[in-house]
Amino acid sequence: MITTKIEDRFKTEEYFINMGPQHPATHGVLRLILTIDGEIIKNVEPDLGYIHRSIEKMCERDSYQQIVHLTDRMDYLSAHINNEAVCLVVENALELEVPERVKVIRTILAELTRISSHALWWGVMGMDVGALTTFMYAFRDRELINDIFEETCGARLTMNYNIPGGLMFDIHPNFVKRVKDFIAEFKTKLPEYDTLLTNNVIFQKRTKGVGFLSREDAISFGTSGPVARGSGYSCDVRKHHPYSAYTKMDFKEVLRTAGDTLARYEVRIQEMWESVAMIESLIDNIPEGDYKVATKAVIKLPKGEFYQKVETARGELGVFVISKGDKSPYRLKFRSPGFSNLSALNKMIVGGKIGDLVAVSSTLDLVVPDIDR
Amino acid sequence: MMTDLFTTYTGNILQMLLIALGYLTFFAVAGLLLVWLERRIAAFFQLRLGPNRVGPFGLMQTIADALKLVSKELTGTERADKFLYNLAPYFVIITALLALAVLPFSGQIQAFDINIGLFFLTAVSSVGVIGILLGGWSSNNKYALIGAMRSGVQTVSYELSVGLSLLTMVLLTGSLQLSQIIEVQKDGWLIVQGHIPAIIAFMIFMIAGTAETNRAPFDLVEAESELGAGFHTEYSGMKFAYFFLAEFINMFIISAIAVVVFFGGWLSPFGITDSIPWLGVFWFLGKTFLVIFLMMWFRWTFPRLRVDQLLTLEWKYLLPINLFNIVLMAVIIWLNLEIKF
Repeated sequence: MITTKIEDRFKTEEYFINMGPQHPATHGVLRLILTIDGEIIKNVEPDLGYIHRSIEKMCERDSYQQIVHLTDRMDYLSAHINNEAVCLVVENALELEVPERVKVIRTILAELTRISSHALWWGVMGMDVGALTTFMYAFRDRELINDIFEETCGARLTMNYNIPGGLMFDIHPNFVKRVKDFIAEFKTKLPEYDTLLTNNVIFQKRTKGVGFLSREDAISFGTSGPVARGSGYSCDVRKHHPYSAYTKMDFKEVLRTAGDTLARYEVRIQEMWESVAMIESLIDNIPEGDYKVATKAVIKLPKGEFYQKVETARGELGVFVISKGDKSPYRLKFRSPGFSNLSALNKMIVGGKIGDLVAVSSTLDLVVPDIDR
Repeated sequence: MMTDLFTTYTGNILQMLLIALGYLTFFAVAGLLLVWLERRIAAFFQLRLGPNRVGPFGLMQTIADALKLVSKELTGTERADKFLYNLAPYFVIITALLALAVLPFSGQIQAFDINIGLFFLTAVSSVGVIGILLGGWSSNNKYALIGAMRSGVQTVSYELSVGLSLLTMVLLTGSLQLSQIIEVQKDGWLIVQGHIPAIIAFMIFMIAGTAETNRAPFDLVEAESELGAGFHTEYSGMKFAYFFLAEFINMFIISAIAVVVFFGGWLSPFGITDSIPWLGVFWFLGKTFLVIFLMMWFRWTFPRLRVDQLLTLEWKYLLPINLFNIVLMAVIIWLNLEIKF
């Protein structure tokens, strides 16, 4: 008997492909195990651990000043903000009051870091959806920020400018002028991002309605940062648990409710505008004063548990310290934004195409060393 | 009498060999030049300098790269279908060469002026996809396979639009022979003669032609951010170079067809090429370069489409527009509304 059902005559099977650990779309050594049916994705399983360096374990060995240096290597695009998180937790535990000048400088640099990170993300996002030129445009603008960093603290990426109690040294005399120049320049360049990519019909088609994440899912997966805000979940740490100079600053939290790839994209572009506005309001008002308060050479935290969270470019970075009163923590745990954001990937992508996966994972803005630590 | 036959026979063979050699040289030189051009133009769009160290303006860079590729080890995957795997690059490169043979570089320089020239071009350029399919299938790599399947889908779909948009223009010329098509354009380029439907046909041809050559924004076949390198993931050394060169030659061919069918081929204004025929080569190559520049412009500014959007574009938009466009062209010819000088 001839079977008439097409499924019986042409038997199709789902199959696995490994996306990564060496793959251009995963931005590092992330391995995604895809189950696909033709082009349609049935399941995504991230496989982690390829760049695990046991940073948390190393923290149990090091002094608090040394721990700051390790955090650079987690989310290297938000190096300054990571440093700040550890410094804040130590300062809170010691009940140190850092000078206003330190707070403002830290915040300016944090926002510059955010712009730099988002600009890089934008370039890579364009590249992931096939527009290679965006990458170069993003690097053109990032370069200026890196130059400012270099002049300020000697490093371009892993800055190590923060120390518990303040800053390693004072800002360069040129700092204010260079930041102002950069802001003036960047304000003319940022609209180019829209003309080149945002307003492109193909890009809109590629991102609108793709990789939907509802507000409920965004909360239950523990996503944070632009990923959660793209789904309408107001979770900006700078707004809800302000620290440093954010306590006195007025700024808007960028929210989108669409929950798709385009919404997350728009959140990041808008955040760049917000960061520009924040820097503009701060740069003329850097208070005079000391750039650090003296701490003991060997910092010993009092017995107890301390937690501090900050908003990195990727979302909420939490530092949890259990101290037994020694020079190093008994246990230190980082709550990294990338890890939680990645967990939502499967929910967002199932049913999409391979091309969607690239676009969606790109708007998660994954930095793999941040996920693995 | 025997010697006569012999001399003419050998003479013919020798002549053919020399012509073939000439085309092969052109093939290699044009391919290398186009790669260089692409890199320079990409750099121009991307605020970079591009290759500028090897030779004047970096012209020798691609030659250096080609030498590197020649000297590289030819690796392949285990359990690949060796015969098909080795055969695939030749399919791609030979079809590109075949298409080159009928292109009229000037009034004199054309290897074959067959009476179905345009049909031959579209037919031959669609055979190239077999090479891509074979390459992807035989490499025993899932990424290559996905790339190859995408290529099959893409080429089969966009073939229609290439064919139909050219057919629209054939209504105007009344001939498929390339020399005839150019002859007709002494009264004005076909894109002017056919005005509205011709412009629509040109736009469709450029979109479909870009898709046919697997270039961005239709480079799903390679899609480096999705598939690594797509169908040629497992090819190395000279075999990879074959695919690479063929891609650029295909771009040249699509641009050349556009020039022949829409922009008067080697014809120049004021009949310069009538009095000095060899100048036609420069007119032809110059116009082709402009169209190539257009295609490179696409590539370095547009994001890539998704595979389902690619098919939607063809089957839901380009094809119906194309069919309507043919009718429009027929009506215009029927009412004698062409613009002729």
